Amino acid sequence: MNELLDPLILSRWQFGLTTIYHFLFVPLTIGLAVTVAIFQTAWVRTDKEKYLQLTRFFGKIFLINFAMGVVTGIVQEFQFGMNWSDYSRFVGDVFGAPLALEGLLAFFLEATFIGLWIFGWDRLPKKLHLASIWIAALGSVLSAYFIIAANAFMQNPVGFRINEVKGRAELTDIWALLTNKVALAAFPHTIFACFMVTAGLIIAAAAWHLYRNQHLETMRPALKFGLWMMVIAGGLTVLTGDQLGLAMVETQPMKMAAAEALYNTSTGAAASFSIFTLGTPDGTSELFSIRIPYLLSFLSTHTFDGTVEGINDLQAQYVQAYGPGDYTPTVWITYWAFRWMIALGMLHVLIAVAGLWLTRKGRDPKWRWMWRVAVWAFPLSLGAMIVGWIFTEMGRQPWIVFSLLKTSDAVSPGISGLDVLISLIAFTAVYGTLAVVEFRLIKKAIQKGPEAAPEPDPETGELQHAATVY
Amino acid sequence: MDLTILWFCIVGFLFVGYFVLDGFDFGVGMSLPFLGKDDTDRRVLINTIGPVWDLNETWVIVAGAALFAAFPEWYATLFSGFYLPLLLILIALILRGVSFEYRHQRPEKAWKARFDRMIVVGSAVPAFLWGVAFANIVQGVALDANHDYTGSVFDLLNPYALLGGATTLLLFFTHGVVFVSLKTDGDIRARARTLATRSGAVTIVVAAAFLVWTTLAYGSLLSAVFALVAALALVVSFLANLRGREGAAFALMAGTIGFAVLSLFASLFPDVMPASNDAANSLTIENASSSAYTLQIMSWVALIFLPLILAYQGFTYWIFRKRVTRAHIPVEAAH
Repeated sequence: MNELLDPLILSRWQFGLTTIYHFLFVPLTIGLAVTVAIFQTAWVRTDKEKYLQLTRFFGKIFLINFAMGVVTGIVQEFQFGMNWSDYSRFVGDVFGAPLALEGLLAFFLEATFIGLWIFGWDRLPKKLHLASIWIAALGSVLSAYFIIAANAFMQNPVGFRINEVKGRAELTDIWALLTNKVALAAFPHTIFACFMVTAGLIIAAAAWHLYRNQHLETMRPALKFGLWMMVIAGGLTVLTGDQLGLAMVETQPMKMAAAEALYNTSTGAAASFSIFTLGTPDGTSELFSIRIPYLLSFLSTHTFDGTVEGINDLQAQYVQAYGPGDYTPTVWITYWAFRWMIALGMLHVLIAVAGLWLTRKGRDPKWRWMWRVAVWAFPLSLGAMIVGWIFTEMGRQPWIVFSLLKTSDAVSPGISGLDVLISLIAFTAVYGTLAVVEFRLIKKAIQKGPEAAPEPDPETGELQHAATVY
Repeated sequence: MDLTILWFCIVGFLFVGYFVLDGFDFGVGMSLPFLGKDDTDRRVLINTIGPVWDLNETWVIVAGAALFAAFPEWYATLFSGFYLPLLLILIALILRGVSFEYRHQRPEKAWKARFDRMIVVGSAVPAFLWGVAFANIVQGVALDANHDYTGSVFDLLNPYALLGGATTLLLFFTHGVVFVSLKTDGDIRARARTLATRSGAVTIVVAAAFLVWTTLAYGSLLSAVFALVAALALVVSFLANLRGREGAAFALMAGTIGFAVLSLFASLFPDVMPASNDAANSLTIENASSSAYTLQIMSWVALIFLPLILAYQGFTYWIFRKRVTRAHIPVEAAH
């Protein structure tokens, strides 16, 4: 019973679930805002009807998705104080600043200009209306930057000092905080991954219609757009992921060791990358594995004879530095999350490359089942994104702020297990229900397909933009 | 000027902005069963706030983040202490927000009715609970030496706090109905004016009782002045509505809410979260605030960007200044 009503464990579950859920919507908000802006720019420049239709088609999906992103985002901000008050007290001086910057510089911009865009079709001059979606997109990208800078502080604290009297971290250098090397690598990695998820959605939507031989006029260009977006964003995600890996080895070697389940420090050929491992449940000895020699050394140090520190050595070092305790993340989670992230990511880039080849010069693929494979680009890319976050957050454990504060010391002392159980059940119920509704609505909007633009009212000259009135 | 005082004022300003703006969103949401005779009416009502509810709601996100950054102790104590009420507010805001977007996605009556109900509940619950929360802050709650709240959720439901909740609920309701009369035309505009008269009368009584209680029990000279201005604005707003001066009535309602919030902040000062059990455990603007460096950085950002933010939000309101009528709602209800 005590175990069941432990505020720490329940709060961790709640934060994990609500964050993953929130991040189902964020990538599409960021990626679709840019996509809609690009199609609308194409329409304004060429005046071609198909681009207007695509703008409105993806705009509608964007809006269904956007509302969920907003309302689940408030939960994220409130939870730091509600469930993690000792964390908030310890880092508020540092961590609060990027959050406040995000609100003042990004959220207001995003919220205001999205409202202008939705309802402004017949109120704003064409170019100003176009500018409003670009500004909203800029706002969403900016907010990603600030939130990743805040998260980077938890991975690699910089720009602060410890105030012993107040028992907290205090900001000493805002610029160092905002140019944290982990943030500089994680931001592009995350943004390009967001574009991959968006590309996944575009590919899936286009493939669904092309499989049925409908809306060819709009869905052919949409498919091409999505495929190129996937390939380019995929390539950039790999490159930035490599940079992030280097920063991680430097700042959180334990995370890399846990990603690879590398128990003993290894050099050169022995620092191999295992594609697949079967081991004993505690992971300490392995039964079977497929390994690529040198690869881990190369990934971690960019040299073939580099040394990669193992979990056992790091654990011993950390005990010396931070006192007795277990400093190892849950290895089976980090190991498999890391692999699934890479495998899923590669898989849908592969789908996109194959798609580009098969549809070259306006051809249709020979085998129609390929359209059905392409639809999987969306769930797979979303999956890759999620396991990537699980990896990076679980790999930081037992720390909430690496080397400064443990997750177990961060939970609110004043809340009871029952409080958190109630909120966990409430969020699970509401989020679960809304996930079903949301999924059905997006599916319905996609299946309905692009529609012809509305005619202006003959009397008033106003456009009757049904889709942009509630 | 001491930066902690500046940030106390900025946080106050952000909450004034939030309650004045999202306040009428809540009121419009709550007015659906009273003013929305048919689906077209209800769509007219929702579309009066359509372009702006999201940016209005963003004020609470920014206020929360400013609290976190400038007064981490206040943020930590308040949010963990008021855990369950805040949970209810969050759930309500989620349901309200998605309902705006979802209700028009399908033509079935039952579908729309479900989301209409969620808009009403999702507006009423935060309108009430924000008042409960702020009244409890002013009144003070039991805090231990670590500034953690030691009372239970039922301690938060004391008479003064419940009166505070009733006050914000009624203020926001009337504010929203006056907004409807300002932003619509025809039959619904007339009905909104009548409703605003009725609810305005009740609001005056309840809000006056709350402001008098606040002033007598927790007030300072400044908070009394603000409370008086709020009360005057409320009465004049009522009269303006009677004479059909919708713009003035709305502006005065905004003034009422703004000054009422300022009165609460003024009666708090220099505490931010008084401890009712032992004054030594109280959070003040000094012991709850961030370091001077953090406040300095944040001050620059806030002072540069807040005017800009007000400018582009003002632009949005100006763009959507026209009244929404039934003619604006597309004939086919479903799309």
